[in-house]
Amino acid sequence: MADRISDETIEYVGILAKLELSEEERTAAKGDMERMLDYIDILNELDTLGTEPMSHVFPANNVFREDVVTNGDGSEETLANAPVRAGQSFKVPKTIG
Amino acid sequence: MDIKCLTAVELGKKIGVGEVTVREAAEAALAQIEKVEERVHSFVTVNRERALERADKVQRLLDRGELTGPLAGVPMAVKDNLCTEGMPTTCSSRILENFVPSYTAEAVKRLEAAGAVMLGKTNMDEFAMGSTTETSYFGVTRNPWDLEHVPGGSSGGSCAAVAAEECFYALGSDTGGSIRQPSAFCGVVGMKPTYGTVSRYGLIAYGSSLDQIGPVARDVTDCAAVLEAIAGHDPKDSTSAKKESYAFTKALTEDVQGMRIGIPKDYFGGGLDKEIKEQIYQMVRELEKRGAISEEFDLNLVKYAVPAYYVIASAEASSNLSRFDGVKYGYRTSGYEGLHNMYKKSRSEGFGPEVKRRIMLGSFVLSSGYYDAYYLKALRTKALIKQAFDRAFAKYDVIIAPAAPATAPKLGSSLSDPIKMYLSDVYTVSVNLAGLPAVSVPVGTDSKGLPIGMQIIGDCYQENKIIRAAYTAERIRTYARPQLAAAEEKGGR
Repeated sequence: MADRISDETIEYVGILAKLELSEEERTAAKGDMERMLDYIDILNELDTLGTEPMSHVFPANNVFREDVVTNGDGSEETLANAPVRAGQSFKVPKTIG
Repeated sequence: MDIKCLTAVELGKKIGVGEVTVREAAEAALAQIEKVEERVHSFVTVNRERALERADKVQRLLDRGELTGPLAGVPMAVKDNLCTEGMPTTCSSRILENFVPSYTAEAVKRLEAAGAVMLGKTNMDEFAMGSTTETSYFGVTRNPWDLEHVPGGSSGGSCAAVAAEECFYALGSDTGGSIRQPSAFCGVVGMKPTYGTVSRYGLIAYGSSLDQIGPVARDVTDCAAVLEAIAGHDPKDSTSAKKESYAFTKALTEDVQGMRIGIPKDYFGGGLDKEIKEQIYQMVRELEKRGAISEEFDLNLVKYAVPAYYVIASAEASSNLSRFDGVKYGYRTSGYEGLHNMYKKSRSEGFGPEVKRRIMLGSFVLSSGYYDAYYLKALRTKALIKQAFDRAFAKYDVIIAPAAPATAPKLGSSLSDPIKMYLSDVYTVSVNLAGLPAVSVPVGTDSKGLPIGMQIIGDCYQENKIIRAAYTAERIRTYARPQLAAAEEKGGR
């Protein structure tokens, strides 16, 4: 089933994925995704009616702990990784107009 | 005595009795790195000074009797997706090129507590997405058995480093076969434990419901010793399991008497290299001579495992990798207009093509309108695969299978056709979907001289059964060294 991925879909997925694709990359991504989805479609041969989706193999429960700081102040080490910092803050472009 | 040829446990013993100093061990590994790294390129980062300083510290602890245990003083390497405080952790990606973690992954911490001396960080496919280590931003790693071939992936650097005797063991991570497949290609022993056995705290996530850290070693004894050191409950990982026993080395016995081995027919059909099939069958016959009982059976659903895996892994990856936005760490583009443009450009310039391909696919299958048809369908398939394994393990103690359909491919032959590359994971991904433990052990080489790995799969938390089978198999076919190491010796002295 070719052509299921329209230009609008690729555009939309690019927004979801927060990726800016060049024209060339966009064409490649479209082809790649179509081929992948054609391949993934063999899952439709399987009758999964009545089978619950399994997100975790083992029962996963929330793990709670007391809200107590145990790892000390690592702010300097953390900020050292910032691409751009301003004093004790991460610097980002203006977020509200 | 050539120190670099010893196994980790052999070296640990010699260090323990003072026959070898920790510095001598570290220097032997660093000398080998110096000698072969230019050709093999297993590492992204090697820190000589830090390793030697650490070696001296471990020696002092040993001398004072404050440190004992089989791995104390043994030099090792860590896959570059495990955070190491003060040492760059790149995931072999441009986006993390300059990232220096402020904390150390729990598995590495446990090894440090056991006296490990870390030499550096090993190369991998970018964000562990790949089967050849060719998607690394820092260049390819070569297979020590034949430099024209890939080491496999994504833990290709860890496996090549162990095979090339640049370290005595290494840590890898396995999301869809990323420890077992490169271990098979490099002729080393690599194990993916049951999901939840090793804490994922500090492992940079790819597919969180599938990721598991495990050992890469020269033999089964080292593999069990390393697993014993890194396994255990960790409150910092909410999926970490609490078990009564993590005593894996006690399973190192040559005994398969009465062991029921299942041979999935659908893993040995078309598409599997003939030499691999023959050598694994031969090993099964040898195990039968020692009292094991084997039987062929239909596992079913095998062709659905790879598509289900890629839907689930890509979906989780698209979510996990959204944290890389050029704000708190990692690469930020130089020119941008506004916040969203900065996010987009940083990510687009920072990620490589395979990572972008999976983020796009993952975003698509999670998007509204496609979620049920793809993502939930894959999760339902996963449930069926788990049920198929449950039925098999009601009858068998272990399942024996190939680790990969062929031996290591040539460099440059895999990336042009992604689906073909994904299909090479056909024997490994089901294990991750079902959360099972599995090990790859070398059983020989093919006519090209490349190693063949045999995969032994166990039921959940039955690591000791697969260790026992692997240990017995290893007694039948002992560890062979790659030609690179052998050639060095002939030419070197």
